[in-house]
Amino acid sequence: MTALLQVEHLRVSFRTEEGVLQAVDDVSFSLGRGELLGIVGESGSGKSVTAMTLLGLTRGPNASVSGRALLGDLDLVSASERQLEHVRGRRVAMVFQDPMTALNPVQRVGDQIVEQVRAHEPVGRREAMDRAVDLLDRVGIPRARQRARSYPHEFSGGMRQRVMIAMALSCSPEILIADEPTTALDVTTQAQILAEIKTLREQTGVGVLLITHDLGVIAEVADRVVVMYAGRVVEQGSVEEIFYDPRHPYTWGLLGSAPRLDKPRPERLPTIPGSPPSLLHPPLGCRFAPRCAWRLEACSSEPDLKSDGPVASDHLGRCWLDLGTARERRVVGGTIGLPVRAPAGASRRPGDEPAP
Amino acid sequence: MTAPAANAVEPLLELDHLRMLFPVREAGGKRAHVHAVDDVSLAVGEGETLGLVGESGCGKTTLARCAVRLLRPTAGTVRFGGDDITSLGPRSLRPYRADIQIVFQDPQGSLNPRKRVGQIIGAGLRLAGGGRRDDARVGRLLDQVGLAPEHANRFPHEFSGGQRQRIGVARALAVNPRLIVLDEPVSALDVSIQAQVINLLDDLQEELGLSYIFVAHDLSVVRHVSDRIAVMYLGKVVELSPAEELYNRPVHPYTLSLLAAIPVPDPRLSRSRAHHAVRGELPSPIDPPGGCRYHTRCPAASDLCRQVEPPLTVYPGGHQAACHHPLNVSSADIAAAVRSPASSRSAGPDLPAAPGASASEIPESADR
Repeated sequence: MTALLQVEHLRVSFRTEEGVLQAVDDVSFSLGRGELLGIVGESGSGKSVTAMTLLGLTRGPNASVSGRALLGDLDLVSASERQLEHVRGRRVAMVFQDPMTALNPVQRVGDQIVEQVRAHEPVGRREAMDRAVDLLDRVGIPRARQRARSYPHEFSGGMRQRVMIAMALSCSPEILIADEPTTALDVTTQAQILAEIKTLREQTGVGVLLITHDLGVIAEVADRVVVMYAGRVVEQGSVEEIFYDPRHPYTWGLLGSAPRLDKPRPERLPTIPGSPPSLLHPPLGCRFAPRCAWRLEACSSEPDLKSDGPVASDHLGRCWLDLGTARERRVVGGTIGLPVRAPAGASRRPGDEPAP
Repeated sequence: MTAPAANAVEPLLELDHLRMLFPVREAGGKRAHVHAVDDVSLAVGEGETLGLVGESGCGKTTLARCAVRLLRPTAGTVRFGGDDITSLGPRSLRPYRADIQIVFQDPQGSLNPRKRVGQIIGAGLRLAGGGRRDDARVGRLLDQVGLAPEHANRFPHEFSGGQRQRIGVARALAVNPRLIVLDEPVSALDVSIQAQVINLLDDLQEELGLSYIFVAHDLSVVRHVSDRIAVMYLGKVVELSPAEELYNRPVHPYTLSLLAAIPVPDPRLSRSRAHHAVRGELPSPIDPPGGCRYHTRCPAASDLCRQVEPPLTVYPGGHQAACHHPLNVSSADIAAAVRSPASSRSAGPDLPAAPGASASEIPESADR
């Protein structure tokens, strides 16, 4: 699979009154044609800032961005504003979480799509409107020609999100970035929208970067997964690797605390203790260590993102635990999880120190 | 009374044929009403948790607000501890305000940003306790919800979302309520934090013998806290059942679709299971469909469903559902079924005649 997008060592920080906030810290990943890459993490993990940076939306006098994000030959980090204008909407399109605020409330939805099409391509109004109607029809909006004349408030949340997706696809982009596209929707509507995204990817070969906090959504649609925590990638791999052979205790915690309807109801819901750190003062060493039940002495310095298997692979984790120990420890009560507290003295037992 | 499960204990709160209509003016100046809650009867027992689930627009929040008497229902009665509080004015409601508290969905919007946490929690105490400040009690409350007493001097913006929701819970606890209505208390929180807050609510209930009405849009969240769960659709209760029953043996096709729509965090499982995605969209609550309100989206809908509203039917074991073609019930269950007194008054007289399809026989619906 040739990479459509190659992100390398992306760093984004913002100067604030309280100091420098490192929102994204050395993030690298690639997205292939027709691939659906999920970025998962809690709020404040840097997943949305990563996405916005790819479209040049985090530029500003108080922001500093470094690293590279190659879309073909073009580096989106160093691209000029004019170059970005040709990228936004045409080569890389975005679907936001809240379709109400992302659409213009006083313009008919058909006209909004027409405007985008004509901004990028030399087509007439009528032709552009035909295309808009086609798109609305394709994303499952009934009576598309009539509905193109409606205003955003005349649609339900799910239908508005379909309009957003239709608009995003209007210039046949190479990449679709969907930032929590279903979080504001009901579960029934979410299922419909996810099915829509899957179908479109198969039909058009668009590469999708799906940002979500919901592992259920990831399990349903993603091919590969990047797990972010406090601005860092802590684990990445195929969807199978992340769900069935996770390396990082944070991933274990996320998997363990996701409610499971397919399993018997546990006495208590598993949680990850504590809360994510402030990005103004991230912990030294491994950023997850303060919440980790398996904390070791070594965790006061940060491990590299590396492949732990006997053969080098694309499954990378950022943890000092060696693979064997990790596979043992991630099992809590028969399933993958993170214990709230490690058994007393666990981190001091001899033999626990990882091999360097 | 609605369920044998709650018959055993004296109900603390009873909602009886409750209706809440909101007037709207349609295009052309025509007067109409949003049927937010349309003839719903529910009861919550002492120490019990009733989960209330449904999509946005189904009327669950309106029902919750009627229960707390933030709204005055259009028709029907609200009884608390046997007293009719349906149309009490603000002054006569005062004594009941301490008994019934509410925690809101948005922990940001429901705390006054210009007051310190101690003032926020202390306000209820002051009102209920005759105007005295009680810093020691505020400290104990903060401790009870997993915060520190010294947090009383901080402002809401200094806390994370999960911590703010704990403050909301402490404020509700301050007046020693017997019932707390939790309106989507964890929907705005990250998954790992959701679990923390749910566990806290669990502990508090055990410790203080509280009753909860837990409102959520997602069946996976209410499962852990609820004794019984009511599923609402377009202003009506369509299914009411002991919690685990609902997951193991959904009777109403709508419940089945809600369950099927929840993504499973297991790629092999989620990609192999059949999808019973709900088709179409929620009809307008201004002009709800006649007959069974779900018939416009139901894969099993028949002419009967389009014409006659099904009554809420009680099956053996206390499981209730309003459906002409119930899933997962046997002929014996049907024979033993009785009409629930909680049925809407507009519902037809006839109970289901035969079991509907089993879940696996329901045709897979298209995604649109």
